[in-house]
Amino acid sequence: MATVEQDLATAGSNGSGPKKYKVIGTRPIRHDGVDKVTGRAQYGADIRLTGMLAGVVLRSPHAHAKILSIDVSKALALPGVRAVVTNADLSDPGDRMCELGEGAVNLRHLNHNIFAKDKALYRGHAIAAVAADNIHIAEQATKLIDVKYELLAPVVDVVAAMQPGAPLLHADVYTDDLGEKSAQPSNVARHFRFEQGDIAKGFAQAACIIEREFHTATVHQGYIEPQNATAFWSADGQITVWTSTQGSFSVRQQVAELVGAPISRVKVIPTEIGGGFGGKIRVYLEPVAAALSKKTGRPVQVLMSRADVFEGTGPTPGSFIKVKLGVDAHGMIVAGEASLAYEAGAYPGSPVGPGAMCIFSCYNVPNGRVDGYDVCVNKPQTSAYRAPGATNAAFAMETVVDEVCQQLDLDPLEFRRRNAAKEGVRRVDGPVYPKVGLVETIEACQRSEHWNTPLEGPNRGRGVASGFWFNCGLRSSCSATVNPDGTVALVEGSTDIGGSRTGIAMQLAETLGIAATDVVPTVGDTDSVGYTDVTGGSRVTFATGWAAYLAALDIQQQLCARAADEWDVPAEAVTYAEGGVNGPEGRRFSFAEIAAKVNAHGDPVVGRGSADPQHCGGAFATHIVDVEVDPELGKVKVLRYTAAQDVGTAIHPAYVEGQIQGGVVQGIGWGLNEEYFYDVKGVMRNSTFLDYRIPTCLDLPMIDALIVEVPNPGHPYGVRGVGEVPIVPPPAALANAIAQAIGIRMTQLPMSPPRIVHEILKKNV
Amino acid sequence: MHEFEYVAPRSLADAVAVLSRLNGQAKPLAGGTDLIDQMRMGRYQPGTVVDLKKIPELVRLELSSAGLRLGAAVPCRVINEHPAIASDYSALKDSTHIIGGIQIQNRASVGGNLCNSGPAADSSPSLIALGAVCVVTGPKGTRDVPVEQFCTGPGKNVLQPGELLVELKFPSPAANSGSAYERFIPRYEMDIAVVGVGASVTLDAAGETIISARIGLGAVGPTPIDATSAAALLVGKSATRETLELAAEAARGLATPIDDMRGTVEFRKHATGVLVRRVLETAIQRAKGLA
Amino acid sequence: MAKKQVVSATINGNATEFLCEPRQTLLEALRDNLDLTGTKEGCSNGNCGACTVLLDGHPVVSCLVLAMEAEGAEVTTIEGIAPSEGLDPIQQAFLENAALQCGICTPGFIVATKALLDTNPSPTENEVRFALANNLCRCTGYDKIVRAVLDAAERRKASV
Repeated sequence: MATVEQDLATAGSNGSGPKKYKVIGTRPIRHDGVDKVTGRAQYGADIRLTGMLAGVVLRSPHAHAKILSIDVSKALALPGVRAVVTNADLSDPGDRMCELGEGAVNLRHLNHNIFAKDKALYRGHAIAAVAADNIHIAEQATKLIDVKYELLAPVVDVVAAMQPGAPLLHADVYTDDLGEKSAQPSNVARHFRFEQGDIAKGFAQAACIIEREFHTATVHQGYIEPQNATAFWSADGQITVWTSTQGSFSVRQQVAELVGAPISRVKVIPTEIGGGFGGKIRVYLEPVAAALSKKTGRPVQVLMSRADVFEGTGPTPGSFIKVKLGVDAHGMIVAGEASLAYEAGAYPGSPVGPGAMCIFSCYNVPNGRVDGYDVCVNKPQTSAYRAPGATNAAFAMETVVDEVCQQLDLDPLEFRRRNAAKEGVRRVDGPVYPKVGLVETIEACQRSEHWNTPLEGPNRGRGVASGFWFNCGLRSSCSATVNPDGTVALVEGSTDIGGSRTGIAMQLAETLGIAATDVVPTVGDTDSVGYTDVTGGSRVTFATGWAAYLAALDIQQQLCARAADEWDVPAEAVTYAEGGVNGPEGRRFSFAEIAAKVNAHGDPVVGRGSADPQHCGGAFATHIVDVEVDPELGKVKVLRYTAAQDVGTAIHPAYVEGQIQGGVVQGIGWGLNEEYFYDVKGVMRNSTFLDYRIPTCLDLPMIDALIVEVPNPGHPYGVRGVGEVPIVPPPAALANAIAQAIGIRMTQLPMSPPRIVHEILKKNV
Repeated sequence: MHEFEYVAPRSLADAVAVLSRLNGQAKPLAGGTDLIDQMRMGRYQPGTVVDLKKIPELVRLELSSAGLRLGAAVPCRVINEHPAIASDYSALKDSTHIIGGIQIQNRASVGGNLCNSGPAADSSPSLIALGAVCVVTGPKGTRDVPVEQFCTGPGKNVLQPGELLVELKFPSPAANSGSAYERFIPRYEMDIAVVGVGASVTLDAAGETIISARIGLGAVGPTPIDATSAAALLVGKSATRETLELAAEAARGLATPIDDMRGTVEFRKHATGVLVRRVLETAIQRAKGLA
Repeated sequence: MAKKQVVSATINGNATEFLCEPRQTLLEALRDNLDLTGTKEGCSNGNCGACTVLLDGHPVVSCLVLAMEAEGAEVTTIEGIAPSEGLDPIQQAFLENAALQCGICTPGFIVATKALLDTNPSPTENEVRFALANNLCRCTGYDKIVRAVLDAAERRKASV
C-alpha cells in the first residue's frame, strides 16, 4: 500500500491548482435517495419488532427540586404496564470522563441526566420510565407515579447563576479557577484564560477602541425527528439497540457504561436519522429502553415528544460575552480582550472552550486575552450544536468589528481581508494556522454580484460577517468488497445525515476509477464495521472519505497482485491506473474485468481502510446579507443572502451547497427568532414548533452558496469539513445589516421584533 | 391520549341530544386542529368526542342577498376558494387565508376558532369587524349571540352544556364598504397572532367621509376586543392619516395585553396602534374599490 | 375501555378496513396499525408537517385527524405517491435537485407538493413558499426544496 505522503503527492492537492477528477465534483443521485422519497427508509421510530412494548418517560415539572421519594406502585398496578425503571436501574459508572467524539462527558453526570438521582435540575429532567402494551397506557401510567419533591429556587440565566448567593445546583462542583480549586461550591465549574502578547501595550497603540456586552439566548438544534430508541435485552445478555444517532459506537460505549455491560454485549444498529446537528451524540433514551427491556424480556421502543426534545435534550447555551477591540490608525487590529460566560445547563461542560478559541480566530490579534466561564444553570444539559460555541462568539466579535469599521469609515470586507487569519498567524489560544482560505472567502464576496449590486430603498441594510470552525478528524473505518459484476459493496461506519454515504462512496469510486453508482454503500452496525467516531465535527467526508480512499488503495494493491498472477509477471510490474490494472506490453484489465476474474476463483478481494487523520484544516466562511426592517414593527425581512466558504474540495457540490444553505438558515433562525423562553419558575413556555420559531420557507429567500476551493493539504483529495461553519456568521451579519438599515445596534439574540421595537422606541424618546 | 368515545351524528337534533345527555362531558369536534392537540396535552379530557362534520347545517356555506351564513364546521379552505367572500367579506378571507398553513386550513373552521375562544384567534377580530352573529342551539332552543359577546375569557365562552355553535350570520356588506384583517407575527406564517386587528369601514357615496366603522382587536386582552369606541372616532370624518391615528391611539388605549413568549406589553400596545392604522388604510382602499 | 372500532377507508387506492381506538390519530393508525411508516411524526401538534397526507385529495396533518374521521375517506400517504413502476416526477425532482438531507421531512414535503401542483400546476416561487410553509425542514434551508418543486411543476407539464 502506498504511504500517505505518496498519496498526498499523487492526489496532487499540495501543488498546482485544482486537480481534475472524474467522480469528485459531480452530482450523482444519492444511493439512499429513492428510499427517502418513497417513505421506505427506516428511521428509528419505524422499527417494528414482535412483542414490542412502548416506553414513556416521566419528566420533572420543576426546574429545581430535591426528589424526596418515588412511588411507582400505582403505575405498576395499571393493567398493561410491564415495567417501571428509575435511576436505581442504571449502573453507576463513577466519576469518570468519557470522550464522545465531539466533546467529553462525565459519566456520573450522564447517568444522572438519564434519570435524576437526588435532584431534578431542570424542567424536563427524566425521573422514571414505564413500558406498557401501548403508548397510551404507558403515558397514563407515568401520571400514576407519585414523586415527592421539595422545591428549590431555580436559576436559568448565566449572569444570575454566577452571582454569590445564587441558587446552587451542585454541592460538589467547585470552580476550577485558572487551575485553583475554589473554596466554596459554585455554579461556575471552570474559569480558564488564553493570552498572547501584551494587551496593555496593544490597546495603547489603538486609535479606536470599542467595548460592548452581548447576551444570547438558549437555542435548540431543532432536528425534525425526535429522539428515539428501541432495545432488546436478550436472555443471553446480548443487548441490541436500534436508534437514530450520530455515532453508533459512541452509543455503544455510553449504553455499556450506563447499564453495566461490556461493550461486546452491546450491538448498536444505526437507523436512518432525521437530523442531529450535534444533538444526537449524547444518549437519552437508549439506556432507558435497554433497562426496560431487561425487566420485561421484550423489545421496548421509547420515543420523545417534541416537548420532550425541547425540555429534555441538549440545546446550545445562552451566553454573556464582553468584547473589547483596539484598532490602530491604519485600520489594523492591535489588541483584543474578551470574556465569555456560557450556560452549561444542568451539568458542567458548555462549549465555552471552543467559543473562546473561536472569538478572535478570524483575525490576526497580536495582543489578546480571552477568559472563559463554564456555568451551571437549571436548564437541560447543553450539547453540541453545529460549531458549538462559535456562533455566540462570532455574534459579539463580528458586531464589534462592524462598529469599528463604521467609526473609522472602513470597508468591512476590506478590513477583514487586511486583518484576516492566514497561514502563519498564531491564534490567541496558541495554534499557528496552516494554509487556510479565509482571505479567499472574503475576496469571493468582494467579487460577488451581490456585493457589487447597490442596495436601494428605505430601511434596508447590508451586513457582512466572517466565521471560523476547527473541524475535526477522529477515527473512521470502512471495508469494501469487490463484486463479480464490477461493483464494490462499501460498508462504512458513519451514520448518514445529509448524503455522506454518497460523498464517501465517491472518494472510493474516484480512487478505483469507477462510477459512483458502481459503489453500493451501507452504513454498518457496531458489529459489522470497524470503529468509527461520530458524524460530527464536519469530519465524515474528510475522515471516513479518507478511510474509503485507503480501502480503495488496498483493493488496488490486491487487484494488481492478482493480475500479476494472471499474467505471470512480477507484482511490481503491474500498476493500477485509469480504472484498471495495467501490466507489461499493454496488458490491461478494466476494473470490471478483473473483478469478474478474481471472483471466479481464489481469495475474495476485500479492501479495508481505517484512518485517524490529524490535519482536518479549519473552515472559514464570509457571508453577506441584505435585510429590510419594518421601522414600526421591528420585523426583519431577509432579502438576499450570499455565503462564501472555503470547502477545500467539494466532493459532491450539491451536498456542499446544501450544508451551507442549511447552516445559514439555522443561523438566521438563531439571529432573528429562536429562543428558549422561561417563566419565573424556570419553566420553558415555548416547547413547541409553534412558539419555538425555526424558519419556514416563507421567511427566506434563496441562499446563494459560493464554493471556494482551497484544497486542504492534509487530505488526499483536499477535503475540508463543511457542515458546521455556515451557522457561525449569520446572526452577526444580520445584526450588522440591521444597524445599517435603521441605525440601531442589537447586542442581544434573538433580534426579535419586540426587542427591536424596544430599541426603536427608546431611540425615539 | 386519554380514552374517549367517538360519535358522528348526522343531524343537528342528534348532536344536541348527545351533547345534552352527556352534559358537559362531551366535546364537539370540527376541524380538530385545536381540540386534538388539547386532548393530547391533557387540557381537555372529554368522555366523548362529537364529530359535527356530518351535520348539513354545520358544513353549509350560503351567500345570498340576506348576507352570508357560514356553518360552524366549514373549513377555511372552502372560504378561501369562494370568490364572493374575498370581495364582500375581505376581512374574513384575510383571516382564513393565514390560519395555520394549507394543511391546517383544510381542517380548521371559523366556528372552531371561535369556540376555542383563544384571545389570539385570527378570525375573531374579523368577525367583530364584520358584525357577525352566532347562532347557538341547545336543549332549550336556538338563540343569537353577537360575536363580540361570545367569548368570556381565555378558552371560555357563552356556550352552556349541551349547546353548540351552528353557524355564523353576516349582514350583507353596505355599499362603499371594505374590510381587512392583519396580524403581527414574528415569522411570515405558522405563528399565533401577537396582535391581530380586523376592521370594516363604510364610506359615503363620494368615497370621502367615513359613515361607519368597526374594529376588532385580538391577542391584546383576555378575549377578542370590540373596539367600538375607537371606531366611533372615525364616523363623520374624512379618511386622513390624522383621523386614522386618532382611532389607532384610542385602540391602543383599549388594549390590555400581557407579557408572554409571543410578545411584551410594550410591543403589543405599540403594535396595536400601528396595525389599526394599517388595517383601516387597507379597508378604506377596499371600500374605494382600489384594493 | 373504549372499544376498538372498524374504519373502512380507501388508502393509497386500496379498500382497507382497520381496527383502531377512538383516541388514535390517523398518524398513529397509519404507522402502528397499518405499518405505513413513511408518514413521519415530528411534533404531533400540527406545526411541522412531517405527517402530511391527503384526505380526500386535500393535504392535512395526520397528527390532528382522528383515525375514526377517515371512515369512508380516501387517504393518500407517501407510499401511494409513486406509480407501480418508477417514481412520480415530484420524487424524481427531489432526488435530482438534492432537495433532501436527512430525509425525515421529505415524505411530508412530497405529499404537500403533490397537493399544490394538483391545484396550481404553475406556481410562482412565492406561491410554493406559501403552500409549503406548514412543512418544516431543518437541514436544507429550503433553497433546493423550492427549486425541486418548481422543477417538478415543469416535469409534470412536460409529461402530460
